[in-house]
Amino acid sequence: MDSRTSDQPTGPGTVPGVRAEAAPGTVPGIVPAAASPAGGDPPLRATARDGLKIVIVGGFGAGKTTMVGAVSEIRPLSTEEVMTRAGIGIDDPSRVRDKNTTTVAFDFGRITLNDLQVLYLFGAPGQQRFWFLWEQLFAGALGAVVLVDTRRIADSWYAIDRLEAHPLPFVVAVNRFDDAPGPPLERVRDALDLDPGVSLIECDARRRASTKTALITLVRHLTALHDLPASAAAREPVT
Amino acid sequence: MSDPPSLEGEEPDRLYIVTGGRGAAVPVELDLVTLVLAEGEPAGGMQSEHAEILRSCRYHPMAVVELSARLRMPVSVVRVLLRDLLALGRITARPPASAPARAELPDLATLKQVLVGLQNL
Repeated sequence: MDSRTSDQPTGPGTVPGVRAEAAPGTVPGIVPAAASPAGGDPPLRATARDGLKIVIVGGFGAGKTTMVGAVSEIRPLSTEEVMTRAGIGIDDPSRVRDKNTTTVAFDFGRITLNDLQVLYLFGAPGQQRFWFLWEQLFAGALGAVVLVDTRRIADSWYAIDRLEAHPLPFVVAVNRFDDAPGPPLERVRDALDLDPGVSLIECDARRRASTKTALITLVRHLTALHDLPASAAAREPVT
Repeated sequence: MSDPPSLEGEEPDRLYIVTGGRGAAVPVELDLVTLVLAEGEPAGGMQSEHAEILRSCRYHPMAVVELSARLRMPVSVVRVLLRDLLALGRITARPPASAPARAELPDLATLKQVLVGLQNL
């Protein structure tokens, strides 16, 4: 455990100051940066000059880090952001230990797309109390994948609400990671009250091909949005 | 030894205080995925965190968020250090060129490039 956060409470139900994804066994792919020698991961190409973002949003234990790890060219890294209670980014390192600051951890990986572009995948903690991090993750992102654990569908409601409000276009991927059949997609769509225009797919976040398909589905969805009239392209719900 | 500008003894908020600290306080050039490249070796007497950043992105660019993870410092702290280094001309920052503005779609050329990149995975 990272020494900077070892004195903080963990587990659901605690107030700010919690690491977002600290539950044992839920994020098997995670490798703390502390245990990850820089020599083990490929560096970016020297020509890289355009970083892109896709955000994977999901509830606690929905498989976000697993999904990142399935396609990332580096082992998923974890880092943290420190914000004031008011949700304002701090810019003064001397305040990092203030009681009024909150630490939230998040994971990411990367995919080199070509000589110039590199895509970063961020796993965004879905809990409502971490909303302040989302603004930073959503800013400039291409879009989002909402990863749904059907045992805890309600965990996705708030994330979807925030995505619609931002607005940031998204697709919804139902993680069938436990090999259980789970409810059919149409029931998931109803439970999430998804707009008919939102793509809903199944995936297995452990599998590279399946995760790749989910990301491609998002990119195709974004491409299709270009064909909508301007008013709809602003992602207002179609009535 | 050359005489690099000393960072010791200065106020931590010397370089900037962002008015009100709103979301807009995160300048686009220091987005999480802004790529940072060192412009040279660390200078003697340089604050160790600054030197560590310069070593990390000496030969290959590194994103702000990856510097944060590998140096095990919160993103906010890394941003402060990077602004120091930017002000001293010791790093260059490559902001995300294809990032869509809020409520805008990514342009079609970008989407095509991402699609091809993903399909090649």
